[in-house]
Amino acid sequence: MRKSRSLWLTQGRRTIGRTTQQFIMITMTFLALFPIYYMVVTTFKTRQEYHHNMFGPPMHFVLTNFEKSFRSGQQFITWLLNSTIITFFSVFIGIIFASLAGYAFAHMDFRGKRTLFNFTISIMVIPAVVMIIPLFDLFVRLGILNTRPSAILIYVGLILPFCIYMLANFFITIPKDILDAAKIDGCSHLRILWLIMLPLSKPVIITLMVVNAIWVWNELLIAMVFLQADKLKTLMTGLILFKSRNILDLPMIMSGMVVMTIPMFILFIVGIRYFMKGLYAGSIKG
Amino acid sequence: MIFKEKIRPYLYLAPAYLCISLIFIYPIITLFRFSFMRIRGPEHTFIGLSNFSYLFHDQIFHMAIRHNFTLLICVPVLVLFSLIFSSLLFDQMAGWKFYRVSIFLPYILAIPVVGIVFSYIFQFNGILNTFLRWIGLEKIAVDWFGNPSFALPTVMFVIIWKELGFGTILFLARLMAIDIELIEAATIDGANWWQRLFHVNIPQLRTAIEFYVIISTINMLSWMFPYIYVMTTGGPANATMITELYIFQHGFRFQMMGVASACAVLLLAVTSIFIILQFRIRGGMAIEKE
Repeated sequence: MRKSRSLWLTQGRRTIGRTTQQFIMITMTFLALFPIYYMVVTTFKTRQEYHHNMFGPPMHFVLTNFEKSFRSGQQFITWLLNSTIITFFSVFIGIIFASLAGYAFAHMDFRGKRTLFNFTISIMVIPAVVMIIPLFDLFVRLGILNTRPSAILIYVGLILPFCIYMLANFFITIPKDILDAAKIDGCSHLRILWLIMLPLSKPVIITLMVVNAIWVWNELLIAMVFLQADKLKTLMTGLILFKSRNILDLPMIMSGMVVMTIPMFILFIVGIRYFMKGLYAGSIKG
Repeated sequence: MIFKEKIRPYLYLAPAYLCISLIFIYPIITLFRFSFMRIRGPEHTFIGLSNFSYLFHDQIFHMAIRHNFTLLICVPVLVLFSLIFSSLLFDQMAGWKFYRVSIFLPYILAIPVVGIVFSYIFQFNGILNTFLRWIGLEKIAVDWFGNPSFALPTVMFVIIWKELGFGTILFLARLMAIDIELIEAATIDGANWWQRLFHVNIPQLRTAIEFYVIISTINMLSWMFPYIYVMTTGGPANATMITELYIFQHGFRFQMMGVASACAVLLLAVTSIFIILQFRIRGGMAIEKE
């Protein structure tokens, strides 16, 4: 396979030169990375330095911006904690519920299976903004507005259809023979799910964890509507407040944003190997 | 025993579908009810179609709809660039792994973070204009977000910048799975890069492209709130007002939940068209082969 690909490459190079390819990719990479570079280097500059050195790397490397964003009474740590708790529980509960449902779709028989599965796919694209007004009204009447569990409940609900879809489609590719063998050995359904299905589905589960964690961590609208109290704010809603309070201190705002990006960056680096596989395994058949 | 076998699937489905009923089904039913009501705190009064007629006479609502449609221009642009970059990456030139990560990186950044970084880049005295003035292009150094005719195109640039990575990686993942013999055959027949793009890559990517077009269209119609809220909040002079922001403002800022619900009903109606379309694309699913 390797050999044939290089054969085909030599052919390809005649029409679109290696230089052209590299030129396009370098321009593209520059455009993609510049804003990120700008955010990161500005973090290490003082305000004074930023004003006469916007482009270059910092001449006097300072860490005071991080210090300032963590201290200065901005509740930065509270927001970080809220985001972590909400993201963790939303993704964890979402994947547990979806595994149970996905297992039922893939390896159990029941009436209305097809209809229910089609229904699940069709609600996947309903935008969150459609649901927030009735939910807000309901949560006010139940007195659970401005609580972390209520926000987690919404996030779980919103990520479920996609998780069920991906997991059901993956579980079904696992041969029934393995399951039957396990059943003969006296394994219960829950044990099969836990000991056989989930370990075999590692790429899909990791993909779902990464994709959904990034989504919940970065979500703004629901966090704004359902977590209005200052002590419940997530990093994203906190950021809006943080920005309006420090509008002129650009390096400090940038440092806050770098901090809130790092966890998702690490998650992405860990997940990328599985990501390509998982994305392909579940999302597109054809 | 048999009874137990029969209810077992439903027990497995219960937690997920209780949650889905509460987060999807209940709100959608209630939404229709709300759209015919005036809502002031706990007080709900039936007012017929007044909310809808308010929408049809509201200039700002018309602008919001128009802008959502303008945002759809991003879709073909995204598809085109994703195709080109995924095909280029597929050639595995020197450094392709680095390029792949770089292109994907914007996708993992939070939209509010992206929005704030770009609002500083495009500021009137921001880094872009400083650069333009420095190389003597004073004339193009406009107020990107402050000028009503540039605000929406600037927002669109940011959206494309952020969303491109996903399409590229999606197509690349699909290309990697193409039968290598197909490409060999094309090469032996003397196909050049462009011919291969049009006669091998694009037909092979058909399902992936359809999927991506639908996902991005839905995105442009109903998931753009954070971009707009952070960068322009609909301004200047409603030049970047979109339906989602309209719903948000009427529901939670102006205390007009009835109007907001009516607007949400219309948005849901438009989205439903894409639900049907998506269905056709995802028709051949594994679960149905049983």
